[in-house]
Order: sequence, then structure tokens, then C-alpha cells
Amino acid sequence: MAKIERRERGAPERREPVWEYATAPESSDIVRLEDRYGLFIGGEFVEPKSGQYFPTINPATEEPLAEVAEAGPEDIDLAVKAAREAHEQHWRGLPGTERAKYIFRIARALQERAREFAVLESMDGGKPIKESRDVDLPLAAAHFFYYAGWADKLEYAFPNRRPRPLGVAGQVIPWNFPMLMAAWKIAPALATGNTVVLKPAETTPLTALLLAQVVQDVELPPGVVNIVTGAGETGSHVVTHPDVNKVAFTGSTEVGKVIRRALAGTGKRLTLELGGKAANIVFDDAPLDQAVEGVINGIFFNQGHVCCAGSRLLVQEPVFEPLLDKLKDRLQTLRVGDPLDKNTDVGAINSRQQLQKIEELVASGVQEGAEMYQPECNLPERGFWFRPTLFTNVSQSHRIAREEIFGPVLSILTFRTPAEAVEKANNTPYGLSAGIWTDKGSRILWMAERMEAGVVWANTFNRFDPSSPFGGYKESGFGREGGLHGLEPYLDFDGGGD
Amino acid sequence: MSQAAEIERRHPTPVRFTSKEAARLVSRAAAVDAVGLEERAASLSKRSIKRDSKLWALDLAIRSMDLTTLEGSDTVGKIVAMCAKAVRPNPVDPSVPSVAAVCIYPHLVPVAAGQLKDTGVNVASVAGGFPSGLGPLDARLREVREVVDLGADEIDIVLNRSLFLGGQYSQAFEELAAAREAAGDTHLKVILETGELGSYDRIRQASVLAMAAGADFIKTSTGKIQPAATLPAALCMMEAAREFFHETGRRVGVKVAGGIRQSKQAIQYLVLVYETLGPEWMTPDLFRIGASTLLNDVLMQIDKERTGRYQSPDYYTID
Repeated sequence: MAKIERRERGAPERREPVWEYATAPESSDIVRLEDRYGLFIGGEFVEPKSGQYFPTINPATEEPLAEVAEAGPEDIDLAVKAAREAHEQHWRGLPGTERAKYIFRIARALQERAREFAVLESMDGGKPIKESRDVDLPLAAAHFFYYAGWADKLEYAFPNRRPRPLGVAGQVIPWNFPMLMAAWKIAPALATGNTVVLKPAETTPLTALLLAQVVQDVELPPGVVNIVTGAGETGSHVVTHPDVNKVAFTGSTEVGKVIRRALAGTGKRLTLELGGKAANIVFDDAPLDQAVEGVINGIFFNQGHVCCAGSRLLVQEPVFEPLLDKLKDRLQTLRVGDPLDKNTDVGAINSRQQLQKIEELVASGVQEGAEMYQPECNLPERGFWFRPTLFTNVSQSHRIAREEIFGPVLSILTFRTPAEAVEKANNTPYGLSAGIWTDKGSRILWMAERMEAGVVWANTFNRFDPSSPFGGYKESGFGREGGLHGLEPYLDFDGGGD
Repeated sequence: MSQAAEIERRHPTPVRFTSKEAARLVSRAAAVDAVGLEERAASLSKRSIKRDSKLWALDLAIRSMDLTTLEGSDTVGKIVAMCAKAVRPNPVDPSVPSVAAVCIYPHLVPVAAGQLKDTGVNVASVAGGFPSGLGPLDARLREVREVVDLGADEIDIVLNRSLFLGGQYSQAFEELAAAREAAGDTHLKVILETGELGSYDRIRQASVLAMAAGADFIKTSTGKIQPAATLPAALCMMEAAREFFHETGRRVGVKVAGGIRQSKQAIQYLVLVYETLGPEWMTPDLFRIGASTLLNDVLMQIDKERTGRYQSPDYYTID
């Protein structure tokens, strides 16, 4: 075999050093934080009647960013009253074309201030800036644009059914996609003529409060959007308030069940988007190198804090070894660290509490006999961090194959026949999403028909679009967000709603 | 990985394939998903390379460069000037390294060989009926042998896309294997002309074919066909080279060529190499960039990194 002849140069031959990317941090100067934030009620920031505040910290450094009001029952009552008044006095009677103008304005303002929002999202939540910049913010703006378009076309969306708004929507959102979830909730509610009381998660309230400033800037009539901060108790006040007509919740299945019980018999409309334990299924004819990327993206995107994360990998046996080798190699190239560094692939775990939950479940995996693999990488000393983790030798009965870990932890199982893949994939109380990797179109369709999952991705994963409905089967919840389907839960119809 | 492959990996020996085996390898080559591949290439192109790592990348971009001119209008004088630039890209800054090779048409090889003697810069020549690679086989092989005799250190030939796209893998393989033999110990790069292959599956298969035939490098493009090098096409070839290494233990180099004019593009390709093939490939022995106008932009960027200011293009020689 020929070898390249490198003739000696004048200078002594250099040994190739390993290339290290220099740090490339996104500047946080663009974000102007206040020391303390009140509640956004009736178009104004107001002091909480509860008098209580709590700190929100940067999970990558554990440093406090600001203090945020904790809304009590009295505050929620004021927020719901403001929303009710706004609904009856302005919003309900406003023509769809006028509502659309406001929603378009919000969308444009988000685009204009996208960098500020993205940096703040990464500071408060720990997600890599490349994700908040390239995914969360563009999608959030796209959601507002999309639903602005529907605002004056509801009669066409639901012909002969006379769609009407429900009234006040109480919305509670999680900490994994704070800004995006706020958009998923607020945009369809406004487009359909409802007003909103939104409660962001206690660990990530800041982008929602920045959104409140945008709501002020676009001169949305006061009270149409109210944003109240606090922990679980505040959320329960929102959903159980007697004058709320519609509840939309995204979060854990555990809390979802509590909410559903509490709302039984109240006549309130409810949609729940809960946990998941999605299977990413790789067949032996799959484009393996791209499947590796899809699997990595499926579980390590947003540190695995994704309800539709592909947390169970089902691999057809003939490609188990090559795929595992490729995954381990790829894992080694993941860059874990400062969320504001533009080259970071995996950021900080959202909170100490979540980190403990991940650690506990991973320990159970080891104890139950699964084999753990973690790449070598240096983690920062302060903050909440967890190494990207793979488990092999996992059985269906292990906790790590059944419970939602909500962290960067992948459980790998194998299968031999498509029927076995279907059986294993569906053998979970959840049913939010699934991924299918094969070069064969007919097999994609065959599998998709049999998956008990709200979203089935083929040869890709974690792809979102505002026009595509999203939601779960079984204990992953009910109701759809996004697309035409996302309007329905906010509307009343002749002959009753859904 | 099988045990046999593991042993191969630790004791790499050149693997000789028969044309039948090669044809089988090609038809079994991994499927490529276009959406996923392009997404990965796009996400890697967003890596932010700053300061020291940027300077290091710019330095490597020069050391990996095949400074190229493949024009009918090339003259002896132009080649002489280009050779001088290849050895000392920046006459006022001796810390800037030489390029890897000068890449030219066969009739100018003696000129370049004379100019580059004992400089460490290689003479690379296109051959084998470049840029079509479709002439009579014996004429193409004779050209390869003659270019070697004229003093070329490296030879860039073109895959017979007509045979390959027609599914005649054995014949396409035999042609490449014959060229490999004709080139002897001279460094052989096989151009796949990815812009003519029509799909990433085909690029992956062509990569496998050329590597099995003994190519030292697989190269994207002649520069005469559009599209020339693209990030996803290069990534597809790198994934093939990674797989080939895992299966045979032999490292095959990747050369990107055509349309790479700016430092930013060069750095994007280096990121692809780094994150796909790893640090072992970050050397002129396993990675090359074929380019004509890229060099000046790299020189300008180096000065900019060092001084914080852009200099006028007039400070950089144009040959």
C-alpha cells in the first residue's frame, strides 16, 4: 500500500496537538435583570398580596438571578378577575382580525428580541444556548405566527359548528421548555378569544416575565394575559379557581392525575400533556450513522428534560453491536458544560431536585443489574450536572425502562422481529412519542399504525412544527396542542365541545 | 465489532479485495438518510471556533492545502510563482507554514518538480483523463504512469462514474485497482465527483469502492462540475472512511475540493473531520483541501486574529 512521503521541512516536524475549541460564550450583557419581579396582573407588575418572594437561580452556577413573587390564593383571585374582565369587556367581542394583529405583534417582538430571550432561557434553565437560540425561540415565535393566522378563520376551521371562546384559561407549564410551552399555551388561547392566567414553573419563571414585558410593549389590552409565579401550590390555586373555564397543564403524570381528580365534576375543560417513555426503534436496515444522531438527539437534547425524549432505544439484534460502538464513540464527542458556550451540546440539569431524581434512578439501574456506560468528560464544579449515560442489559421490568427519568440517560434493549418491537414499544403506561429508523417505507407505515403514541417520527426525532398536533395516548395525557387540533380545546361548539 | 475486526484494528495490514468482494461491499454499503445527514452537517457548521483554536485551524488549513490551478491558461511563469507561494505563503511571516502540495495539469509537473525540489511541498498532478475519467482505459493508465515518471508525488484521478452509476461495480473497481497499480507507491487520490452521483447513498457506495480499490484518499470533486464540495457530501464520505477504518484498520484520507474560498468554510470542514473521524485525521496525511483562492483569505484571517485588524487585500500576493 502506498504511503505518503512527507519530505522533511526546514522546521522540525511538529506533533499534531489535539484540537481544543476555545470557549465561545454568548454574552449575557443583553439581558437586563431586575432584582425582584412582581406578578403580572391586569397589564401591570404588582406586588403579591402574599408578600412572599422566592429566588430563581442559574443551575449552571447555583448563583441567584432574581427574586420572584410567590402568588397566593388572593393573588390568583385577582388574576382570574382581571382575565374575566378583559374577556368580557374587550377580548371576547374583538373581531378575529384584530386579535390576530396583537398575536402577530407578539410573534414579531419575540423575533426582534430573540437573542435576549434565548440567553435568559439558558441562564435560568441551564439549556445550551444553541438550543434556546435555534429551537426554543424560533419555534415559540412560529407558534404565535401560526395561531395569529387562525384567529379570523375559526368559522372555516369548524364549519357549521359556531365556535365560541370558553372564557378564562388557567395554564400551568413546566420548566423544560419555559418559553416554548408559554407560546404553546398562550397563542391558541388568544387566537380563539380566551384570556389567560399562566403560571410558569418555579425554577424557570424569568422568560415568562420577559414575555409579560413584551405583552405590555405590544399594548395587548390589560388582563388578556396574566402571568403569576410560584410553585406547585400556586399552580393548584390556578387550576382549582372556580371562575376558570379551561385548564391546560403540561408536566408530570403524577400531578396530571391530581388535577384531573380535582377537576372531576366541575365542568371545566381540561387538556393534559404529561410524561413519556418513548421508544426509538432501530431496524437493521436503518441508515445507522443518521440513526446514531437521531438517538443522541432523542435523549440528550435539552439534557433529556423532554417529555417526548427517546429514552428507550430498541435495537434489532443484528445491528446491536455496531450501533452500540457508534453510540459510545459519539457520546465521547458530546460537549458538556457552560450552557452559554455556543459549542455546548449538553447543558446543566435544571435543578438540584431533578439531579437527585436522576441520580436515584440511575443508581437503581446499576443495582438492578443493567450495565452503565458514561464517557469521560470534566464536569464543572459548581452547578447541577450529569454525564450522558447509556445502559445496556436492560430488561422491560427495570425501573430505568419503565419510569420517566427526565435526564440524559438512555436504556438500550434489543428485539428480533417487528412484532416484538411493537410489543415492547407499547409496553409502557405512557404513549407520547415513538421513533422508527428503517430504510423501508412500508415498514415505517406498518409500525406507525401499531404505535400507541401521539407522535411517530420516521428517520428523525424531536422535530416540531406549529402546524403539527402534539399530544399523548394513555397516561401521557389527552388533548392536542399545535395545528388545527390545538384550537379545539379552547372552543365551545354547537352540540358541545370535544 | 467482531473479534476479527478487532484484531485487524490493532494490526492494520493492507487489505486486498477482489472485484467480486468489492462489488458486494458496495451493494451492502450503509444506507444514508439525506435529511439527517444534512442536519448534522448544518449543526456542525455552527461550531464557534475562536482565538487559539482558530489560529491552529488556520495553520492546519494551510498545511493541508493542495494549492491548485487547473486552467488551460496556466503558464510556466504562473506555476513558478505559485510554487514560491506554496513554500512561503506569506513572504514577510516565516511562521506561516508551507502548503501540502501544488496541484496542476501533467504537462507542468516537471516545472513544479524542479521548483519544489527539497522544499517539503509535494507535486500533485491530475491524471487518468481528468476531469471526465472516461477515456480509453489504457490511455488513462499510461497517463498515470507518465505523470509518475515526470516526478509527481501525488496523483488525483477520477472515478469512472459511467460504470459506477450503471451498477458495473466490478469493472469500476478493476479500473481503479489498475490505476492503483500503475501509480505504484505514488500517493493516489480518487475523485468521486459527488456532484454527478445524484444521492448520498451513491456517494457512500462510491467511497467504499474507491477505498477498497486502494485509494489513499477519496476526494469530493474535480472543481469542474457543480455542485462541487458540500459539507453533507464531505460528511457522508467521512462516515464511510470511519466505517472502513473500523472494518479494515486502514485510515483513508479525505480531500475536499471545489468552491472552498473562505477560511470559514475551511474551518467548517475541519470541524467535520474532528467530530467525525477524530484527531487522528487532523493531519495533511489524512485531510486535504484543494483550493486556489482560499490561501489568501486564510493569510488575511491569520493577520486579523493576531492584530485584531483586517489588512487590505493588496498586502497579499495574487499568484
